[in-house]
Amino acid sequence: MTTAPAHAGWRFRQPSVIPGFGLTLGFSLAYLTLIILIPLSGLIWRSAALGWTDFWALATDRRTLKALEISFGTAFIAAAVNVVFGTLVAWVLVRYRFPGRRVVDAMVDLPFALPTAVAGIALTTLYAPTGWLGKLLMPLGLKVAYTPLGIIVALVFIGLPFVVRTVQPIMEELDKEVEEAAATLGASRFQIITRVLLPSLAPAIVTGFSLAFARGVGEYGSVIFIAGNLPYKSEIAPLLIVIRLEEYNYPAATAIAAIMLALSFAMLLVINLVQTWSRKRYG
Amino acid sequence: MEVRVVNVRKEFERFPALHDVSLDIKSGELIALLGPSGSGKTTLLRLIAGLERPTKGAIFFGEEDASQKSIQERNVGFVFQHYALFRHMTVADNIGFGLKVRHGAARPRAQEIRRRALELLDLVQLSGLEKRYPAQLSGGQRQRVALARAMAIEPKVLLLDEPFGALDAQVRRELRRWLREIHDRTGHTTVFVTHDQEEALELADRVVVMSQGRIEQVGTADDIYDTPNSPFVYSFIGESSSLPVKIENGEVWIADRPIGLQAPHAPPGEAVLHFRPHDVDLLDGCSGCIAGTVAASRRVAGTRRVELEIGGERQRVEIELPVDHPAAQKSRVAFRPRRWKLFPTA
Repeated sequence: MTTAPAHAGWRFRQPSVIPGFGLTLGFSLAYLTLIILIPLSGLIWRSAALGWTDFWALATDRRTLKALEISFGTAFIAAAVNVVFGTLVAWVLVRYRFPGRRVVDAMVDLPFALPTAVAGIALTTLYAPTGWLGKLLMPLGLKVAYTPLGIIVALVFIGLPFVVRTVQPIMEELDKEVEEAAATLGASRFQIITRVLLPSLAPAIVTGFSLAFARGVGEYGSVIFIAGNLPYKSEIAPLLIVIRLEEYNYPAATAIAAIMLALSFAMLLVINLVQTWSRKRYG
Repeated sequence: MEVRVVNVRKEFERFPALHDVSLDIKSGELIALLGPSGSGKTTLLRLIAGLERPTKGAIFFGEEDASQKSIQERNVGFVFQHYALFRHMTVADNIGFGLKVRHGAARPRAQEIRRRALELLDLVQLSGLEKRYPAQLSGGQRQRVALARAMAIEPKVLLLDEPFGALDAQVRRELRRWLREIHDRTGHTTVFVTHDQEEALELADRVVVMSQGRIEQVGTADDIYDTPNSPFVYSFIGESSSLPVKIENGEVWIADRPIGLQAPHAPPGEAVLHFRPHDVDLLDGCSGCIAGTVAASRRVAGTRRVELEIGGERQRVEIELPVDHPAAQKSRVAFRPRRWKLFPTA
């Protein structure tokens, strides 16, 4: 618990007697400035040079809006899918002991390690109308490759480890006695999961979601192979930026980037605030 | 509710944790399961709760065979050593949880659940804290909430697993008295596990002493302390000293001398003499007594404890002396146990 009085507001909490506060804070700030802040402010700077009206025109361009919608929409859906199945995977890995568990555990990390282009090409081969899975899905009227659905598939693949790896450690720490307590109080297995386990995992699940979502918004390599990249249909914002760059249309590229940056930052900030709030409550 | 444990055996992967244990608990009784770690006391408690299934045997609640029922159906209140509260729920929601998860007609209305929760919060003397989260409570307060939560479902039996084990001494004593009061007021049949004999003897109507998966003795505090029925109980409960002795002609001998204790019914041969350090008569001369040299002495509250070396084999025993007794290092002290018991050599 904090010892600072409630009215303190924006003030440094007294650091501990162990030395290094000034040094580590100074280093962190300098490092973050160098690595994150300067490149990003360069971006803002360039797009600010456009002037407000030009910026607005570029930002509200129908193709830009559509690309942003596709990027954020597919990333959101993919992160949501990952939350469900990633939590399930984490559950299986934490709760059950079966032969090959270590292999499955290691497999979860593969999307981290694999060059995303390789993933994109592999998925495209699978889901193309002539591919193994694409062939089976075609008769059902499901077209995956070269549609937004394909983007979601790629982003699910890329985002899975983020959810599993954030939920898993928290799940491992869940106290078995809490479940037993709920059972002695008469809660069924289903009630224990929905009322006791999931709420205590919620902060970790939200973190996993935000990581997977953020990754999905920025993903480029795997998506461009499977998306088909039809403007207004399956063209993602990062690709549009590259297209504008190739056209030497730097102002447009920076404008789109700046919008993406603002949107992502706003969403991550909201998620962070939700987390701080829940952490304060549950301690 | 009366609880009967009948010939229960429990094995964990072939390793027996309980051997053929039977125990009758009367309705409304407050029972302590007392034993060192590994004695099987927690296993027995978890078997009664239904958190474990017996390998053999049965557990009856009244006339019903509870061992066939799931944990959820047994309707027991269980309190864990580390509270096991739901962190994401307020105190009131924690207490009301057992009522909220009921189905259909069995579930009281939300208002009624809230009323019950506040009533129980009052009983455990935490009124006004219903909106707090467990993280905002002290250990003692958390354990009270856990108890209120367990009592909310009107359990047939209340089971507590080392309920005060994680609390500091002061809070423990306070909660102990308070638990007794609550028990007297509500009359739940209550079983609690502890390794603290003071807690067991002070709090329980009857104490069940356990060791190595067996029940050694069941009885009131007086029974257990005054007439222990095994060397284990003698040495586990209270202070005790023991000496190897020999029985001949109905008398107790140490080495080549009788010590003035008559044991007409004991079988002749080797035995072990047990007595309490404070339950001895000090003697001046020594014709028929235990005599030894003082090897160590320390002050314990109102008395002095001395360690004596007895005979050529230098067996050490402890006895209590008055503080003003002149015994110093290397001086000789003679005594005879006032109350004692012989057990055959193990």
